[in-house]
Amino acid sequence: MHIPDGFLDAPVSIATGVLAVGGLTYCVRRAQVELDDKLAPMAGLTAAFIFAVQMLNFPVALGTSGHLLGGALAAILVGPAAGAMCLAVVLLVQALFADGGLTALGANITLMGLVTAFGGYALFKLFMTVLPRRDGSLVLSAGLAAGLSVPLSAAGFVLLFALGGNADLPLGSVLAAMVGVHLLIGVGEGLITALTVGTVLKTRPDLVLGARRTLPARTLVVNRGAAATPGASA
Amino acid sequence: MSRRNGFLLAGLVVALLLAGVVSTFASSDPDGLERVAEDKGFAETAQDHALGDGPLADYGVRGVENDRLSTGLAGVVGVGITFAFGLGLFALVRRGRDEPSRPEDVEVPTP
Repeated sequence: MHIPDGFLDAPVSIATGVLAVGGLTYCVRRAQVELDDKLAPMAGLTAAFIFAVQMLNFPVALGTSGHLLGGALAAILVGPAAGAMCLAVVLLVQALFADGGLTALGANITLMGLVTAFGGYALFKLFMTVLPRRDGSLVLSAGLAAGLSVPLSAAGFVLLFALGGNADLPLGSVLAAMVGVHLLIGVGEGLITALTVGTVLKTRPDLVLGARRTLPARTLVVNRGAAATPGASA
Repeated sequence: MSRRNGFLLAGLVVALLLAGVVSTFASSDPDGLERVAEDKGFAETAQDHALGDGPLADYGVRGVENDRLSTGLAGVVGVGITFAFGLGLFALVRRGRDEPSRPEDVEVPTP
């Protein structure tokens, strides 16, 4: 879903650039509060993991592929602010690989970073308030939120395209096509996110910020003479 | 090795394997946006990337003939750069905190 140079005109490219800088400035301030000594290095790992998984294009339909965006995943692991920053790091590094236009960097950070991280995290919290508070619900909520964050981001592209696309096209049909194909890609996004969040939750539940905030506190069970078993109450 | 570093190392190894090995089996079909751009007729408005002739363009290492090796190497380099950049950035963000982060920094009033 990386927007190349040329799809969007100069005013929209500049405006999204300003939006991205402003959004990321807010993210830095918020991440300073949310990241502790444990989560800060996890955020670095999250960025590297998302770079890797974004290389894994999976087939969806009719000679079309898609890959993870990862904003919702990052937001559930390290919070939406650090999560959006992870995507900004990934997108900056991807410029070396000629992926995503340089003039579209602001639009890409906005749609693939800010929209998926904050939109995905809002959806995740919404699902967690409806579902019972336990691990299974957290994994399900993560998958559903991540899946829906993809068509949300695709719809965001159509909005930018309506404001300053370099082609005059019927927007309804572009919107239908973008949301349609990205719903399919969202299925892959949801599965990868659920699998990843489930794995981290099982091995190191303390490293999932979204769990600290939505699941009841866990007790640390210490077996006499044996190693501590965190998450034993799960 | 602490458990935290163990988890970080394990995660990094997984990322390196995904980018270095699994990526060589990824689909090379156009992605969702590229597909819609082609179908709806705005694909031709795309311009070439400024770094399109760079040494790592299109997830390949220039000069490496073997496709799998080229993609895999590019992936490993990309994960390495992203990990280093991310660790450095978030360490800086962490250091920029205003409030004391460790209990020993908090002044406890004595009665």
